[in-house]
Amino acid sequence: MIKAILIFNNHGKPRLSKFYEHFNEDIEQQIIRETFHLVSKRDENVCNFLEGGMLIGGSDYKLIYRHYATLYFVFCVDSSESELGILDLIQVNSQVFVETLDKCFENVCELDLIFHVDKVHHILAEMVMGGMVLETNMNEIITQVDLQNKMEKSEAGIAGAPARAVSAVKNMNLPEMPRNINIGDISIKVPNLPSFK
Amino acid sequence: MALKIVKGSIDRMFDKNLQDLVRGIRNHKEDEAKYISTCIDEIKQELKQDNIAVKANAVCKLTYLQMLGYDVSWAAFNIVEVMSSSKFTYKRIGYLAASQCFHESTDVIMLTTNQIRKDLSSPNQYDTGVALTGLSCFVTPDLARDLANDIMTLMSHTKPYIRKKAVLIMYKVFLKYPESLRPAFPRLKEKLEDPDPGVQSAAVNVICELARRNPKNYLSLAPLFFKLMTSSTNNWVLIKIIKLFGALTPLEPRLGKKLIEPLTNLIHSTSAMSLLYECVNTVIAVLISLSSGMPNHSASIQLCVQKLRILIEDSDQNLKYLGLLAMSKILKTHPKSVQSHKDLILQCLDDKDESIRLRALDLLYGMVSKKNLMEIVKKLMLHVDKAEGTTYRDELLTKIIDICSQSNYQYITNFEWYISILVELTRLEGTRHGHLIASQMLDVAIRVKAIRVFAVAQMATLLDNAHMLTGNTQRNGICEVLYAAAWICGEFSEHLENPMETLEAMLRPKVATLPGHIQAVYVQNAAKLFATVLKSQEGNTDSTTAQEASQLMIDRLPLFVQSANLEVQERASCILQLVKYIQKLQQKDVEVSEEVCALFAGELNPVAPKAQKKVPIPDGLDLDAWINEPPSESESEDEQPKAIFSKEEPKHSRPRHTEVDEKELARRREARKQEQANNPFYIKASPSSQKVYQETPGVEHIPVVQIDLSVPLKVPGLPMSDQYVKLEEERRQKERAEKKKKDKKKRKEKRSGRGKKHDSGPESEEDITPAHMVDIVTEEMPENALPSDDDERDPADPHKALDIDLDKPLADSEKLPVRSHRAAEVLKSPAEDEEGENVSSLEPKKKSSKEKREKKKDKDKDRKKSKEEKKKKKHKHEEKEEADLLCGQADEPAFQSEETNEVVTPPTSTSADVSDLDFWLSNAPVPSNTQEAATVAAAEAAPAPGAISVTTPDSEPEEPKDTEMEETKSSKHKKKKQKREKEDKEKKKKKKHHHHHHHHGDKGGEESVQNGTVEEEEPLPPMSNYCLLAENSYIKVAYDIQGNLQDGSQVVVSVIFENKCDSFLKSMEFNVLDSLNSKLQRPEGSGPHDSLTIPFQLPPGVSNEARFVFTVQSIIMPQKLKGTLTFIVKNEESSTHEKLDFKLHFTCTSYLITTPCYSDAFAKLLESGDLKSSSIRLEGVNMPFHHLLARICFHHHFSVVERIDSCASMYSRSIQGHHVCLLVKISSQTVSVDAKCDEPTLLGNVLDEIKQTFSQC
Repeated sequence: MIKAILIFNNHGKPRLSKFYEHFNEDIEQQIIRETFHLVSKRDENVCNFLEGGMLIGGSDYKLIYRHYATLYFVFCVDSSESELGILDLIQVNSQVFVETLDKCFENVCELDLIFHVDKVHHILAEMVMGGMVLETNMNEIITQVDLQNKMEKSEAGIAGAPARAVSAVKNMNLPEMPRNINIGDISIKVPNLPSFK
Repeated sequence: MALKIVKGSIDRMFDKNLQDLVRGIRNHKEDEAKYISTCIDEIKQELKQDNIAVKANAVCKLTYLQMLGYDVSWAAFNIVEVMSSSKFTYKRIGYLAASQCFHESTDVIMLTTNQIRKDLSSPNQYDTGVALTGLSCFVTPDLARDLANDIMTLMSHTKPYIRKKAVLIMYKVFLKYPESLRPAFPRLKEKLEDPDPGVQSAAVNVICELARRNPKNYLSLAPLFFKLMTSSTNNWVLIKIIKLFGALTPLEPRLGKKLIEPLTNLIHSTSAMSLLYECVNTVIAVLISLSSGMPNHSASIQLCVQKLRILIEDSDQNLKYLGLLAMSKILKTHPKSVQSHKDLILQCLDDKDESIRLRALDLLYGMVSKKNLMEIVKKLMLHVDKAEGTTYRDELLTKIIDICSQSNYQYITNFEWYISILVELTRLEGTRHGHLIASQMLDVAIRVKAIRVFAVAQMATLLDNAHMLTGNTQRNGICEVLYAAAWICGEFSEHLENPMETLEAMLRPKVATLPGHIQAVYVQNAAKLFATVLKSQEGNTDSTTAQEASQLMIDRLPLFVQSANLEVQERASCILQLVKYIQKLQQKDVEVSEEVCALFAGELNPVAPKAQKKVPIPDGLDLDAWINEPPSESESEDEQPKAIFSKEEPKHSRPRHTEVDEKELARRREARKQEQANNPFYIKASPSSQKVYQETPGVEHIPVVQIDLSVPLKVPGLPMSDQYVKLEEERRQKERAEKKKKDKKKRKEKRSGRGKKHDSGPESEEDITPAHMVDIVTEEMPENALPSDDDERDPADPHKALDIDLDKPLADSEKLPVRSHRAAEVLKSPAEDEEGENVSSLEPKKKSSKEKREKKKDKDKDRKKSKEEKKKKKHKHEEKEEADLLCGQADEPAFQSEETNEVVTPPTSTSADVSDLDFWLSNAPVPSNTQEAATVAAAEAAPAPGAISVTTPDSEPEEPKDTEMEETKSSKHKKKKQKREKEDKEKKKKKKHHHHHHHHGDKGGEESVQNGTVEEEEPLPPMSNYCLLAENSYIKVAYDIQGNLQDGSQVVVSVIFENKCDSFLKSMEFNVLDSLNSKLQRPEGSGPHDSLTIPFQLPPGVSNEARFVFTVQSIIMPQKLKGTLTFIVKNEESSTHEKLDFKLHFTCTSYLITTPCYSDAFAKLLESGDLKSSSIRLEGVNMPFHHLLARICFHHHFSVVERIDSCASMYSRSIQGHHVCLLVKISSQTVSVDAKCDEPTLLGNVLDEIKQTFSQC
């Protein structure tokens, strides 16, 4: 079982938190902080597993994480999950994020995750459900997400048009529009990206 | 209208959406909290509007704020509103918000039930999907109960997208509503073979998750999983299955044996590291489960270790980590194979990655032996010196202590060495683990008597050098060691070389800077030392030393009397007064030492940690009862404890002349060093020893004189533990030499040429004897301690409730609650009410199937007894009952007797499952026909344990455990048999009795037994349903046909292939000539005449099972299908193509499925009048009635509805839903079977087949 999926940036700011077990908001924040603390002090070229923190899990739990550019993807899992399998899943996970978000936006970076956390949640829901891995096939995930997005668009129809226009205008004003990103390979390199504190 | 919408959304575009919110928060870094609170106010306004779009937008923003840590539970109702929107967009937002912040105590959740149900049945698959996803996060017991049935329906949805989600969510439903597990399980099992890989993977996922917690209930699925493992190509699924097998093997060693081969094949073949790793892990689990003495598995161990070594040597840190992790599992059972890789593991200690270093440390823990302990610890000590960062160093320290102290100091041969290691560890700066070292020192000194002399000397040195420990950083934790040092010196002061000096060291002014509890120990032990000093001076005419000691105490103790710490103060003033008194007596020349020593007489023994817990509560003591009347509440308020001292005294300033002290000490040290250097025979503990870090010039110059090895050699300035390593080596060599001599002598005497084993070769563990007789004092336990030591599972564990036997067929009552009007519930079987309870009482069953069987027997016996008692009282109306059974005039309350209420599951099906598994597990040759199987199994498994175990060919002669169990069983069985015989006699008598009183029966014919086989008078001969399909000199093929419960047009043919020759059989292909009615299901894309490849190969002597699915249109007639099996026989020189023809016989019986039926339902069925009847008579059947019934149950898939003496009603159902009812009567070797069925042709054929079965025996 997966107990939690956390995405936060290099400064520990949460970008997505999904807990498959209920904690109250304060504890959730503490867990994020603790996890960030554990993960961030590790070097780049060390292994991606570490024994779980105090707040979440216990001896049966492990943190499995990957660090891409400015983001940490952390899965907290128990011993029924395969460590390497989850690592692969994170890989797929981030690829799907990149690929799906890429269809909505020209390029993807941390900013997109910040502004479209709901979309990220929807993508994640196609991958992991209630703490169990639902689908590992990237193409399948993308197909389902696309179909749902299409449905959303068709529903918006005429009513959505003005809002979309406004939001497009707002986006144009964005000083930090995302810059070019290397999608195929996951080591996202975002030059001149301001720090997101 | 459209205009209005557009207008609404134009208004709306000036509302903040999620992006605006995020942007706003980012632009208000300074006053983020304030900004967010204004946003929340806005959101509250938005939520008040009617427009659902505005609400959805607000909820979307709330979801984001929730992530930032804001409590949004106040908006729960609005979230429900958004969830119930008809638009997918909003619905999704609502469900997302709900999944993020709803939980069991959210009260609005109960409002959602109907909405969710509506969404689940929505025509739009994404509505359903979103609802399932959301529900998976916030499902509550209520929701689970109410929606279980809906979700179960979704498991058979046409869209795989919904199916996989429904399957997955079932796990959550099971957790919250355990009663749903049994009804839903058959379908879940079916999903394991779903055509869609996603659904299959989900089902595997759920079952693995379930099985991980309660593996034994899922053992019967092993063959299915085995099949999946050999056929699946999805790595994710494979990993899960392999992990599951890892959990199952400890329960069933035979499974392990079966697994080893395919797993090793996978290890060799796979390129996916994740899969390889899991395979290795499971192989390890298998090896652990098998008795470690199995020699033929050493190859597998070697393979694992070798693969792991490759992982560990890999540059990928992840693989390295996992390799070490798996290695530690092997270590537990096969330490030797890991120990050979010690080099690699020690190397990992140098790794820059802390996780890896920690793993390596864990491994070292298990790798130590008497032989290498010193060496390993020496290496670790080096790492301690090198280590950066206190956390890792602390970890090292604890590991060293763990390693040394494990299993009661098992590996320590020389405690002097250990003490010196501990002393060395005290030099660690800034460690948090001072108390750990201290407790080790205390433990060793107390429990190892022989070491006390040495320990005391060392501790005296420590006390003398206390300033080094306390050093600059005052409270750095290491000073805890002084606590131990002081106590040891005091308690075992009789071993002190120079108690006076130690006494002086303990009363130095600097001690006052130590933490209070340490000072207290100092003071107390100073008193003990004082007593020792007095004692040593006893009889000495010159009493100056004694008086000096008293004076010293009187001079120094006042410092402690002033202490801020109460404990110190109290002890100090007490002892001060005592000493003053003693001094007075001394001045009068009175002998006081005796009395003073008496103060501290007696030995302190260690107490076991659990001792307190194990003290039994004396009879008649109620710990919960009040001793006095409970105090009234008002009293306690005003009596707050007042501070006794208004303020704590200011702390003592540190003595200023420390520097002088240092200089003085340094000078003294120098002098002493000189002295020691000049004296080569210096072997005593020095009263004030050297600074330890200091390099002493010319250590080598000091001649190490080995007078007696047990006498500590103190080489100044050198870490002493190293010295011991050397000494130990020498000692062992010496011992070995001696032993060799002895051995030689022995051999000469005995002249037994038994080997060079001891001569050369490395010494084995046992050869190493401890340096001195170490008697480790065992810890004290209270008298009549309670022996219980069980670690109960956490009662709060939700998985406990899921420990449910899944092999039992479903009872009618076990249905998921379906939404219906209350009135409908009245229509249930009369037995149901109690059954509900029975089911729940059955849940916590934790026994293995065998135990269960035993238990059932006992239960049945009890029942039988009670029945017999009843028989005495009541007479029954036999004839009438008999008629009732078929005619279905169920107007009598007889059927509602207590007995009917008991859930008696048809044991045949259970045992069929069990025996299936057994059959699959045992690689025993396939019996050619049932008869043979019976004899073989009967011969091997002696008297089969009870009639229920119809076929239990768990007869593996190489497994002593099994046979042992069998033996004990059989002996039990004999006793039972005797008993039974008695009972039988009694019964017969009673029967006669009954006949006399025929028509006097009152209405309650209570003996309506539901299942004939339950009442076991004699063991039933084992049976097997597999019958021979074809055979030649290479291969033997047996098969069994079973209907598919879920699909009315499918039957599953399980075929067992057994290799009879010495060659390898491969490329087996199975084909049948389809008829119009029956067709073999072939994979998509293959033609109607293509043969199916069997997914395994057969090594010599091995058998394996394959399953084929056939579609059948009409099931009323038996059928024969012609087929061929082709295969390649391969041996070393040649390979030949072989062919075997066969005829697959589909009997009508094979279309029947054992289905339990309750007497009332059965009666209704007969009443309905739709059924045609027919009957047969069987002559010359001389077998007990229950055997007869069991045979019909087993071979023809019937279940017993009721049994009354020599008359029973039975029921079965075909895969297409035909009801088949039988009334079986026996009277003196003639059996009459009256049958009813809605399909006369089918009935006729079934009866013919029954006839045939009995004509064979």
